[in-house]
Amino acid sequence: MQRPNPVLRASIDQPWYTRVAWGVGSLLGFLLFWEVVALLLQHRHLPTPTTVFAAMMRELASGQLLYHIGMTLFRVAFAFVFAMAIGSAIGIAMGRNGRIDQFFDSWLILFLNLPALVVIILCYVWFGRTEVAAIIAVAVNKLPNVAVTVREGARALSRDLAEMAHMYRFGRWKTLRHVILPQLAPFFLAAARTGLSLVWKIVLVVELLGRSNGVGFQLGTYFQMFDVTMILAYALAFIMVVQLIEFGIIQPIAARVNRWRR
Amino acid sequence: MAEVAERHNGVADGGLKIHVARKVFPAVAGRDAHPVLQDIAIDIEPRSFVVITGPSGCGKSTLLNIVAGLDGDFEGEILLGGRDTKLGYIFQAPRLLPWRTVYENIALALPDGDPRHAQIDDMLRQVGLEGFGSQYPERLSLGMQRRAALARGFITEPDVLLMDEPFVSLDDPTAQGLRELLIGLWNRRPTTVIFITHDRTEAVMLGTRILRMGGANATIVQDETVRLSTAERTDREAVRAEQGRIFHET
Repeated sequence: MQRPNPVLRASIDQPWYTRVAWGVGSLLGFLLFWEVVALLLQHRHLPTPTTVFAAMMRELASGQLLYHIGMTLFRVAFAFVFAMAIGSAIGIAMGRNGRIDQFFDSWLILFLNLPALVVIILCYVWFGRTEVAAIIAVAVNKLPNVAVTVREGARALSRDLAEMAHMYRFGRWKTLRHVILPQLAPFFLAAARTGLSLVWKIVLVVELLGRSNGVGFQLGTYFQMFDVTMILAYALAFIMVVQLIEFGIIQPIAARVNRWRR
Repeated sequence: MAEVAERHNGVADGGLKIHVARKVFPAVAGRDAHPVLQDIAIDIEPRSFVVITGPSGCGKSTLLNIVAGLDGDFEGEILLGGRDTKLGYIFQAPRLLPWRTVYENIALALPDGDPRHAQIDDMLRQVGLEGFGSQYPERLSLGMQRRAALARGFITEPDVLLMDEPFVSLDDPTAQGLRELLIGLWNRRPTTVIFITHDRTEAVMLGTRILRMGGANATIVQDETVRLSTAERTDREAVRAEQGRIFHET
């Protein structure tokens, strides 16, 4: 007899509140574990979660936390939009045209494997330690990823539906809006999801190396003072913001894009 | 490259002159180039219901795609009667946009601001999809999706409607229901139809004229007029007798 897969069962059969309860429970468990270990070790490089939370609140009250998170988000947003737009255009061109694909494929592999740090250093050297250089550095790191994902979508465009649109005289605009973009939507979404997590991590490095504000800059400052409490306070605060974006923006969009599926 | 030309003289409005001298499938992935169609010449009268039948794989769909202008790689000429002849195509698969509702799928076939947008609800009722307009196609059965495809094909009021086995892979009562629906729609608004099927009963029931394709390098091997009145088309016995006459079945 075949036994049901326990992983599948856990995610499919349970109502949402059970899943949320498990999520919250396991998170609380982790915090408790951390608290206990920190209390036992009593080391100044491992603060308790309560200390970190208190530090976070102090930074919030002083306005410092929101200012630096705001600067980081601003860079994330610009680099993200820039990378998505250019990367999608390149991906669509490569997916639709065999010759372009053949020519640029090796470029793509080169850029995919170029370490983020190298791109950042080169951008700062070539364009100076400016805001534009910082955003370009982040976008260039993300761009090849978007191109590769969207290219798969463009390759898989349905010929059947294109013929249908042609026979029913959809024209360019209607074809793009109702036939092509909906087919690419899941690929845009996949690129956006992996993109967001990649972009904000790289933004921190860019800020550490050449900006005078933002979460990355703050982490660098507190690293020099070996202030682990503040480092954790900023890191955790930013993780919360990214989670908010995931639940507040990306998941509702995903639900909307997928509403027609069975 | 041959092309689909539109001329006003020579061919009557809504009629067609099909001439495919030769159609060859180019060599792909290990298979050599091979001929598919040869010496096909068909004159189609306006508002006739022409059924093209023949064994599967003989090139019926290829011929239809050539007539539709989707495949321009052939030797010959397709002449459409009338200026700006509007073609409709109901494909073998319904080819609805899964991310648009049934209503939106039908509406998209009409130009923006077209007065026929007001007739969509009536069309949905005629094909038996009343109340399903706001549903997404994948939540409907195949039979219902085919009804939606029929509605989309008819709402645009094409001068020539091409249909490629639109009722295949349905259970018999559902297919029969859709055939009767098609006869009704066509009687209400007669248009030139080219209909492909390998089902002989369906051919006789629907067509005013039957063309049989055959041969490895297919051509038209039989051209027959169907002698059935509208009433007789839904009469199983009459259809069976006519089928026997045309296909020499005993």
